[in-house]
Amino acid sequence: MSKLNQIELALAGAMLAVAPWIIDAAPYESTMGLVQKIFYFHMPSAWLFLLAAIISGVASAMFLFGKKKNADGWALAAAELAVVFGIITLVTGPLWARKAWGIWWVWDARLTSSLILWMIFTAYLLLRRYGGPGSDKLGAGMALFGLANVPFIFVSVNVWRTLHPQTSVVPTLPVQMGGPLWFCITAFFLLFLALLSMRARLERQRLRIEDLYLAEDEA
Amino acid sequence: MKDFFRVAWLVVRKDLMVEARSLEVVSTTLFFALTVVLVFAFGLVREGRPVDDVAAAILWIATAFSGTLALGRTFERERQADTLRALMLAPADRPAIYAGKLAGMLLLMGLVELVLVPLVGLLFQAPIFAYPWHLAALLVAGTTGFAAVGTLFAAMLVRARSCDVMLPILLYPITVPVMIAGVRGTAALFQGTPDEELARFWIALLLFFDVVFVTLALWTFEPVMTE
Amino acid sequence: MIADFERLTVTNLSRHYGRRKALARVSFTCDAGDIVGLLGPNGAGKSTLLAILGTLLAPSEGTVHYGAVTAEKGGAGLRARIGMLGHDLFLYPELTALENLVFFGRMYGLTDAPARAAGALERAGLGERGHDFVSGYSRGMRQRVALERALLHRPRLLLLDEPFTGLDQASAAALVARLREEQARGVLIILATHDLDVVDGLLTRELFLRNGRVMDVSAGDGPLRDRYRSAIMAS
Repeated sequence: MSKLNQIELALAGAMLAVAPWIIDAAPYESTMGLVQKIFYFHMPSAWLFLLAAIISGVASAMFLFGKKKNADGWALAAAELAVVFGIITLVTGPLWARKAWGIWWVWDARLTSSLILWMIFTAYLLLRRYGGPGSDKLGAGMALFGLANVPFIFVSVNVWRTLHPQTSVVPTLPVQMGGPLWFCITAFFLLFLALLSMRARLERQRLRIEDLYLAEDEA
Repeated sequence: MKDFFRVAWLVVRKDLMVEARSLEVVSTTLFFALTVVLVFAFGLVREGRPVDDVAAAILWIATAFSGTLALGRTFERERQADTLRALMLAPADRPAIYAGKLAGMLLLMGLVELVLVPLVGLLFQAPIFAYPWHLAALLVAGTTGFAAVGTLFAAMLVRARSCDVMLPILLYPITVPVMIAGVRGTAALFQGTPDEELARFWIALLLFFDVVFVTLALWTFEPVMTE
Repeated sequence: MIADFERLTVTNLSRHYGRRKALARVSFTCDAGDIVGLLGPNGAGKSTLLAILGTLLAPSEGTVHYGAVTAEKGGAGLRARIGMLGHDLFLYPELTALENLVFFGRMYGLTDAPARAAGALERAGLGERGHDFVSGYSRGMRQRVALERALLHRPRLLLLDEPFTGLDQASAAALVARLREEQARGVLIILATHDLDVVDGLLTRELFLRNGRVMDVSAGDGPLRDRYRSAIMAS
């Protein structure tokens, strides 16, 4: 683990450990009460999920067209993180919805879009795992298409349903709520960076081991 | 440029010739589409009257399912004598080969839809002749989007393991916007007071999707198919 | 369009799949008019080498030079100079032999594809049966059509993967004769095979492959079978 990763993880760990107290200290939102506080974990997860998807798509494009071999490791790492943060988003969302609006799944635009994007990247992982040799290139094609699809998913699902609180929730939050939110975003982001770079490095090292294995075979 | 269309036409013609010999894919796909319509009808028709919007949904679901089947069967043929490799060996423009395959798929799916639309109209009293051009535009644009992604993925998977189950796993999530647009647009046309403007919005979205994804597929076909 | 080439140079070619080494540091040179035999047990890497030479597969390391050009630079123009007879024959069973040849001829940009196809079928002795579906052909007949398909565009390099599989003695002899014809025309032929007795005397160069490596062999006289045994069995 590199020095930078250690710092990131330590910082993220510390911040997340402290987070419950900070969230607790934030003022209650008028209509939804305590349950709204899940938002502090839900939103950073949702943003990082999207970020991971974008990174995976861009890295896949670099792998396919730029022929950069290492890009594939980043694409895979980002896809795994997309699935993980996607799960967090998709679990915290319904938990919030259940308490706030009485039902688990409300076919709300953002949540549904997240579900679709999450399925795309889970399919990516299934392909890499079960597709046999050459599935790194196939996966790259899939991730690229997934990324290109993001605007279409959002638009089509949005026009289909609209129930989610508008994006302007963040700016209109009183400053006391804004503080904890940025705190959580930062904590999650540090965690994300650490995990992404560590996983990508793991991929690079796996490839290097294979190269060494092959070279040793020569000798 | 002319070469691109020449090669694409050669591939389409070849696919049509191969299919014409046995009509296997056409007949099995058509019948499968019929089965899907029936099965869904049993689930969604209550007391002899269809639930709202069922006609639109069934039309697009049947198209998607039978399209996936047809894709699998068509590329299975190319796997038999490894002829897809032979096509890649030829000095022809690779994207042109993709375009030819896509055109063939569009013809096949168009044929299926030609049967499905009247059928759905008949079984669910859907007003298919109210806005025929809008409906046609929706079908053409939606099918193109679905087939564009499907042809690329099916070609990609020819040499992969578990290719049969992988195709729907990969294809359906990516084509969700197409399904949403297709179903909602068709439903807008079929409903009591048709919403023409909404239908036009969905058509525009589908056309945009087509442009983006056909272009993307043409670009990625060669890098993804070459090892 | 690239210039034609007379010499094929393979340098340090390697291909791996994860940890599995399909080819390791293969190097050789051959010229137009050579008939090179790739000989080795199953899994030796013969098919992989042929696929790389046919530009269907990219090497993990090393280069292949067709004259002065590599596969990447050569692109479509290079592919027009290569003909391949794959293990699975590359023919559409639902089409007739003539239709198959005309289709591929046109794919290779031949303007006189129908005429050439008819001529090719005559040469293969299948002129009468040109309008029958390939699915109804015997293995030997399919082989002949597949070979004509590979030669229709008059390639410089002909690659054959196990061409003698399932052939009876007469068909095998006919294939050998055909290959000698092409050799006389200056075609560079590389074929992978198990049938040592059939190709004994046909080959101008021999490459013994085992586990992806070229085995050193003392150029000896004597039947191919013996030389093969000494090359491959030697540890």
